[in-house]
Amino acid sequence: MATKFDTPELFKNIEIIDTPKYEVDSMAHSSPYLAKAQHNENLGFPGELVDNWEEKAVTRLGELVDGSRALRTFLDSCVKCGACTDKCHYYLGTKDPKNMPVARQDLLRSIYRRYYTFSGKYFPKLVGARDMDKSVLDEWYSYFHQCSQCRRCSVFCPYGIDTAEISMAARDIMDSVGHGQKYCNEILGKLQTIGNNLGLPEKALINTLEDLEEEVEEDTGVAVKYPVDVKGADVLLIVPSADFFAEPHIDGLIGYGKVFHQAGISWTLSSYASEAANFSMFIGSGDNLKKVAQRIRDAAEELGVKRIIVGECGHAWRVAYSFWNTLVGPFDFLDPRYPAPQHIVEFTYDLIQRGALNLDKEANDHRRITFHDSCNVARASRMGNLPGGQFILPRALITASANHFFDMSPETTHENTFCCGGGGGLLTDDLMEIRIKGAMPRMQALKQVVDEHDVNSMVAICAICKAQFNKALPAYQFPMDMITSLHQVVGDAIQLGTKE
Amino acid sequence: MTLSVVYAIFFYAATLLLIAGVARKIVIYARTPAPLKIPTTPAPTTKAGVVWRMTKEVTVFQSLFKANKWIWLFGWVFHVALALVLFRHLRYFQEPVWTVVVLIQPFGQYAGFAMLAGLAGLWARRFLVDRVRYITSLSDHLMLALLVAIGLSGLAIKYLAHTDIVAFKAWMLGLMYFDLQPLPSDIFVLLHLSLVIILMVIFPISKLLHVPGLFFMPTRNQVDNPREVRHTAGWTAK
Repeated sequence: MATKFDTPELFKNIEIIDTPKYEVDSMAHSSPYLAKAQHNENLGFPGELVDNWEEKAVTRLGELVDGSRALRTFLDSCVKCGACTDKCHYYLGTKDPKNMPVARQDLLRSIYRRYYTFSGKYFPKLVGARDMDKSVLDEWYSYFHQCSQCRRCSVFCPYGIDTAEISMAARDIMDSVGHGQKYCNEILGKLQTIGNNLGLPEKALINTLEDLEEEVEEDTGVAVKYPVDVKGADVLLIVPSADFFAEPHIDGLIGYGKVFHQAGISWTLSSYASEAANFSMFIGSGDNLKKVAQRIRDAAEELGVKRIIVGECGHAWRVAYSFWNTLVGPFDFLDPRYPAPQHIVEFTYDLIQRGALNLDKEANDHRRITFHDSCNVARASRMGNLPGGQFILPRALITASANHFFDMSPETTHENTFCCGGGGGLLTDDLMEIRIKGAMPRMQALKQVVDEHDVNSMVAICAICKAQFNKALPAYQFPMDMITSLHQVVGDAIQLGTKE
Repeated sequence: MTLSVVYAIFFYAATLLLIAGVARKIVIYARTPAPLKIPTTPAPTTKAGVVWRMTKEVTVFQSLFKANKWIWLFGWVFHVALALVLFRHLRYFQEPVWTVVVLIQPFGQYAGFAMLAGLAGLWARRFLVDRVRYITSLSDHLMLALLVAIGLSGLAIKYLAHTDIVAFKAWMLGLMYFDLQPLPSDIFVLLHLSLVIILMVIFPISKLLHVPGLFFMPTRNQVDNPREVRHTAGWTAK
């Protein structure tokens, strides 16, 4: 799986990402490891490819189409206009035409047409319909794991067709016949048995946070607390578990603690719901999506908190913002004066507006900062009261905490942002080639601000983005430590001991 | 008169298939639940905002404009011209003719050429742009061929081989009032009618479903208010 490959080259001084000529099947060899029987069964899927799987896959597709207006209209309506063909970072980075959004959709649409439309049943050749067979399954497994469900294509589609929904459906179908992906399914199993993606048990979590408190006190001389399972705290903070150990994630966690400390608001983490991530979305599994979300609601009720705040994690914020109320709401046991849930960026932004934080911008003078909009925050959720608040608030936090900020090219920011290359359940070593190649457009945009403004820090608000850039930055000859947590920048600027 | 009867039967059948087929699809779209909130953001936070967003998508193809100026130009010109042409054709279905339909007659004629120009541009892309060539299937070419042939045969009636348009209108009004009249048997009239009948029949079973589909896309028609209003449907309502 770990084949050798060439990292795409970045060009000097190009403002627009170049659209390559396609090379057929240039990524056909890319496929993630299959889940073991145990991983599939933990989530309620068959362990291995079932008998009669062709028929069952087609039946499942029919059920999904019947249950989703999005899927049905998306599969019916595409006119092959070509507007999306140059919008996917994986196409731009790999040149494989099956990574063009419309071509990726057609991998599934061809089956839908064959079994569920008049034209496909009677004139399959004419409309590109085909029978479900092993070669289709293999192709699905490969190319639906070359989609990070970032929704960039859906911004540009004249109808709003979202390839993410189609790739979720394809993965659901594959899971339903016992052909799951190891990375996502193994992690979801850990989350549901232990409480987080890492499989970090309660005791280890508590030790980690105690160490963190010592470290922060050593650094700052102030006893900032990182509390777990504190009943009656005002706020339950739900963070991606990468925040407990990975760099630069943990610096973000340190920053959240400093914000709470200076604001004087009591808060707690939960050892039962010690994970913001919910990979169920990546595999399109409604049952698991709900189960994982339910853990957080249960923890909030158990701890008796008044507010739930979510840490820096892109897809987790999509699930929390867009889906929690639907799945496990209403949150009528929380304080109605605050949105439920709230993003940590919204929380910190409100504190800054109220003058509740003392920020010293000069503390970040060594940083020349740019900001990477994470796809799920940019195109699948919101912050604050206004549409587009998800672009304004994080930048406001940066400019309140630092003097040097430079946005990347507008074609690559806000809703036009390019995925880091590792989202949607692809953040695994067996997919390193597609990850590195898919990072190309973002790296190209970064190079421009590095060349023009000596940017040395790219701030992100997503655990997956941060982990992915740890690999992508060095591959493109940038220093790995350029990737920075937003609340690291905020935390560094907070003048501890001046307010409390 | 045999010709008149045959075309009348086909026209009735095609109208029935078009209306029933599209209505059936609209009912299916409306009944299929949208279990989760998935608007592509930034999205409007009010219903009025969604109406405005959809209006922009339907009238000026806002997203397409963002995506690709050439496709937008050809696609938009084609659709607007087609709308004008269709509106112009109302005069064959009414007596007396609405003043506004009379007034747009000259524009409707130019629109016939604009429509063909738009289609030509879209078709050229299917050959000239490698990515678009890759995603094009035979049915995409046939659809363009059909529309171009309809446009050409229509213009031919106007500019190449005039037909007895008064007699034609009498036939069309006869269809509507179940009082069958003779149909002028000019080749371009028959060709034009045949192609339109084909288009009407394939409309509900082809990609032309983007017309009703567009209005049902949750990514575009949902209000961005999941925290304020609890949304449930389908499996999330169970």
